[in-house]
Amino acid sequence: MAVQTQLYAVPAIEKKESKNKNEVEKESIFETKSLNLWYGETQALKNIDLKIPEKSITAIIGPSGCGKSTFIKTLNRMVELIPSVQTKGDIHYKGSNILSKDYSAEALRTDVGMVFQKPNPFPKSIYDNVAYGPRIHGIKKKSILDDIVEKSLKDAFIWDEVKDRLKENAFGLSGGQQQRLCIARCLAIEPEVILMDEPTSALDPISTTKVEELIQSLKKQYSIVIVTHNMQQAARISDQTAFFLNGEVVEFGKTDELFTEPKDSRTMDYINGRFG
Amino acid sequence: MTTKNVSVNTANLSTKQLMNEKKSAASIKNVFEKMVPAVLFLFAAVSVLTTIAILYTLITEAIHFFQRVSFTEFFTSTNLKPLSQNPSFGLLPLLSGTLLSTIIAMVVAGPIGLMAAIYLSEYASDRVRKLLKPMLELLAGIPTIVYGFFAFTFVTPLLRSIWPEIELTNILSPGLVMGIMIIPMVASLSEDAMNSVPNTMREGAYGLGATKLETAIKVVIPAAISGIVASFVLAISRAIGETMIVTIASGSTKNFSFDVTESMQTMTAYIVEVSSGDAAAGTTVYYSIYAVALTLFTMTFLMNLLAKKIARRFREEY
Repeated sequence: MAVQTQLYAVPAIEKKESKNKNEVEKESIFETKSLNLWYGETQALKNIDLKIPEKSITAIIGPSGCGKSTFIKTLNRMVELIPSVQTKGDIHYKGSNILSKDYSAEALRTDVGMVFQKPNPFPKSIYDNVAYGPRIHGIKKKSILDDIVEKSLKDAFIWDEVKDRLKENAFGLSGGQQQRLCIARCLAIEPEVILMDEPTSALDPISTTKVEELIQSLKKQYSIVIVTHNMQQAARISDQTAFFLNGEVVEFGKTDELFTEPKDSRTMDYINGRFG
Repeated sequence: MTTKNVSVNTANLSTKQLMNEKKSAASIKNVFEKMVPAVLFLFAAVSVLTTIAILYTLITEAIHFFQRVSFTEFFTSTNLKPLSQNPSFGLLPLLSGTLLSTIIAMVVAGPIGLMAAIYLSEYASDRVRKLLKPMLELLAGIPTIVYGFFAFTFVTPLLRSIWPEIELTNILSPGLVMGIMIIPMVASLSEDAMNSVPNTMREGAYGLGATKLETAIKVVIPAAISGIVASFVLAISRAIGETMIVTIASGSTKNFSFDVTESMQTMTAYIVEVSSGDAAAGTTVYYSIYAVALTLFTMTFLMNLLAKKIARRFREEY
């Protein structure tokens, strides 16, 4: 246990600040009510009831196959792209149920952006990657697009590295740069929420640090939900953490509490590395 | 006990001994192994050598032709009267026929093939794709002579009932049918190219709120453009070289014109006409088909070079 506290001693200092902020109860941006999901016959999510607060970082941890990726993909309905998926239950986003048939998936995804496990820039120039979102939503004017691209790249901490080669193909960037570019691409359409599915799992340690710093700076403006299988990462950057196991939420609470005094023995076992 | 041990030992030894005995056989094997690359090279060389031989024949025979007819006459004259008392050998009438039929075919096959590819790769469910794609490719297996009859006995009368000015043999009908014939080629190859675009790229676009169509047109097609261009160029080469349909349905009028309702001859149909009769070996008419064939070869060769260049320029690496 002593080792544990030692391990998280550094982030704990930062946490104090956020704790003070957390004293003002934040409104929830997403609220799931008995959410169930099946891939064909296999049930991947079982009765999920979660309230995800706005303008903060919510980490989702758990062993492989626990449904954590599936869960965040339901938040922007990306999960529908997989054939044979069936959902039951409600997800309330800003007061409306996004799982209802009338709710447009495109409108939802414009509001709820996503960053993926592997950086997936389009095979286009850096500029066109960032401008893609605004363009499909009807912004054509060059001067406006220029501003959006510059601002998004600056917000994603990558402007200085790419400002002289905006016309070059995004595939010339390093993995870490590509991932920050993907975050910039997501910021360009000014979403409310950013979902991140293990955004640093394909990156080296230095790039990971940069992306983590970026994520922390983003929470002032955006609500962030991040899936990670790296517990230290969850402890370092998140405000609250949900622990998933076999498609169920075992525990959900403030990150520092969950990591220091988990209420459930399974959480305890997982964060101490007894399985996973 | 001891005997058993010995027998085990001899068994062990015998493996070694057996291998040693095989060593003499192995030396023969080594010689064979060394010959294998040479033999395989010969097989690989067959098609290359054939191409060189064909090119050699074309060039040597075409030289005979150009000794009798000047280069300028062949490439600039709009008159082609090979069998007249006062013959003239202008390529342009044949070139206009070939270009026109190819353009008509591509106007049909390009959009239809691409739309079909978008449907198959982006919209169709796995089950529908598995059913439709082989059916589409079946179209490519129909013998061209069948298409020729289809053009002559079905499409032309149909066109004439709508547009009575069309001649009995015309370039429009075989052009359209050729287009139908190469749809599967465009659709199938473009679909392969689009299908190999990684799904993560589509997810990236969907994640930004793009619709299926926006994703297909602005992400998938640009990413697959090199394959799509390649499929178009292959289709064009196929249309330029297509023979049977035009021979049957477009007549043999050697007419320099761009009027699709008229009868026109293509380069390929001219070669068929001359080589299947009329021309005695050694005459200028006879040699003219080599000149036409050489031009045809050069055209498709340049097309393929161009396609490679275009594909490289537009390539979006992923």
